[in-house]
Amino acid sequence: MTESARLARLKVWRGLDAQAGHFETFAVPFEPGQSVLDGLRWIRANRDPTLAIRFSCINANACKECMMEIDGATLYACTERLEEREMTVMPLSNKPLVRDLVTEIAPPAERFGKA
Amino acid sequence: MTNPMHVETDVLVIGSGGAGMYAAIEAARGGAQVLLADRSLIGRGGATVMAQMTVAVALGSETPDHWTHHLHDTLEAGRGLCDESLSRLLCEEGPDCIRQMDAWGVGWARRDDGRIAATAAPGHDRPRCVYVDFLNTGPAVSKTLRTVVNKTPGIRKAGDLFITDLACHDGEVVGATALHLTSGAPVTVAAKATIVATGGLTRLYRRNSASANMGGDGYALALRAGAPLIDMEFVQFFPIGHLAPRLIGMDPIMWDPFRYKLGGRLLNGLGQEFTSRYGSNEDGAYVLTRDRATYAIVKEVEAGRGSPHGGAYLSFAHLSEAELRAAFGPVIDRLAKNSIDLTRMPVEVAPIAHYHMGGVAADARMETEIPGLLVAGEAVGGANGANRLSGNAVTEALVFGRRAGRSAAERVARMKAQPFRQQAARAALDLVAADGVADGPNSADMIVRLQAIMADDVGPFRTADKLARAIAAIDGLARDLGERPFGDGSRFDMRRIDWFDLRNMLLVARVVAQAALRRTESRGAHQREDFPGMLPEWRVNQMVRWRDGRIDLNSAPPAQGLAAAQ
Repeated sequence: MTESARLARLKVWRGLDAQAGHFETFAVPFEPGQSVLDGLRWIRANRDPTLAIRFSCINANACKECMMEIDGATLYACTERLEEREMTVMPLSNKPLVRDLVTEIAPPAERFGKA
Repeated sequence: MTNPMHVETDVLVIGSGGAGMYAAIEAARGGAQVLLADRSLIGRGGATVMAQMTVAVALGSETPDHWTHHLHDTLEAGRGLCDESLSRLLCEEGPDCIRQMDAWGVGWARRDDGRIAATAAPGHDRPRCVYVDFLNTGPAVSKTLRTVVNKTPGIRKAGDLFITDLACHDGEVVGATALHLTSGAPVTVAAKATIVATGGLTRLYRRNSASANMGGDGYALALRAGAPLIDMEFVQFFPIGHLAPRLIGMDPIMWDPFRYKLGGRLLNGLGQEFTSRYGSNEDGAYVLTRDRATYAIVKEVEAGRGSPHGGAYLSFAHLSEAELRAAFGPVIDRLAKNSIDLTRMPVEVAPIAHYHMGGVAADARMETEIPGLLVAGEAVGGANGANRLSGNAVTEALVFGRRAGRSAAERVARMKAQPFRQQAARAALDLVAADGVADGPNSADMIVRLQAIMADDVGPFRTADKLARAIAAIDGLARDLGERPFGDGSRFDMRRIDWFDLRNMLLVARVVAQAALRRTESRGAHQREDFPGMLPEWRVNQMVRWRDGRIDLNSAPPAQGLAAAQ
């Protein structure tokens, strides 16, 4: 198998209603060392720009925004390695859903209209 | 689309990085009610939180020092273009802000005798750079400011609030229009003073060291509101941004503190030291300024002597495991998780977009030409001229943030009534609430394309041909973007967020390219391969204005000398 044919598969939860979502699976070109966030950003730029994700720092694990459930574990997408297999990516189940992989993660006092 | 919401405040601070948080704290201490808005989480985005290295300040804690020495070095690095009133403010008030941060518990690294440790950095005439171990300067500064923000009465926090335009009435800025990302609601904000603290523009480039939310939005907001921008052609590239092997969980500028503490060796693809060929011999010490190092690496790669991924090698292989661990402790373990063992292998590094010297023109009160509009931090242009000295970015975030907060509170105290009129936000509100374009190009791909254009043709080394090609490509993307937002404006509508980002990014990209094309010389971070060498007649700042829907550039002599500095 050539380098360019190596694939990761991301099974991504989509939806605006936590009770009525669905999964979409995307094949993502795999390079050793990539993060899950790299894969999600690739999906947006190459397959579906509507996929909702949140992140600021991309790589440094400084902003703490990209927390999500990866294969059932709560992890940062920027530090979790993409693997050459199917990985299931879901929004945090203990936070209110906003859309797709985005949840309301800010403390209530830091949300607009709450303080 | 949900109904518009309206909020009123004395001071609106846009951006909650180091400058924005300090501005909010100081405005609130001055008696103003503050709304601290950020497009993402409060105090987590921007550049300060990413700064793993050092803060330049003439504390004189180890070696005798005075702010005038720091000013001398800052002006030297700025290659004749600094606004000396701003540079002076940075250097003179730096020590006070650093001591205030110390009192707030930031935890500056100290020597055994309790003095704050200061390290040497390129371009400084003596050790002057303070830090928090290990690679924790920016996170510690951010955390400290978040804590103070939370304790300060009078600050309301508004996360996920994307400011799309400033509202202008009678020639003053009277508030702003915004999109609340998590609800999709359009928002108007009435404010007696507005502080733009949105940082720089490094997101315009493919490889960059800052948060993804730094796409030059503050520059675009100020420009559209009528405020001039200055020095927009000067983008600083950090020469030794991490290139390979792939590294996660660490910032790409992390090698700088390694070089401060341990020196390290820059080698080309053949394993040879090469910086001496470009007039700068290192001898294992870290003395090479950023513009010279960037030049040396790019030229070595062009000559076919680059590392495998197109950069240079950085080697610490002459050091022992114990020496590395003593200097960087747990960071060595984080590197091990990335399969990097510095005692055995070099890493690859290459220039990466890092900072923007240009920005919104302001006076030493941080007030712009437009009453009601202030600016703070990296969003301010002029303090660093054509090239920023290492360590000055966090200093200016703190100093300029504090000053902007004070000036805003003073303005609020003078004002009787809220100057906001709904009419001032009408057009911007219509845009935020517009029925969008359902199909259209992939907005995320458009951002990737813009980043490629800027990296390839508006990078550290420029020519008229490359810049003209970039301008044509930027204009093509602007046509694709059109006048109506993408998406439907429902909650966290990524295409709509991208559309508003691209609206700002394309405007600012064009300003940078156009200013770079007009400056037919090489100075500091702006290097024209078709115009090598610095020309006396170009010892001028380029001022950018938005007139009748087009970019207007003019030259003006920099504010210099004792008069400016007093």
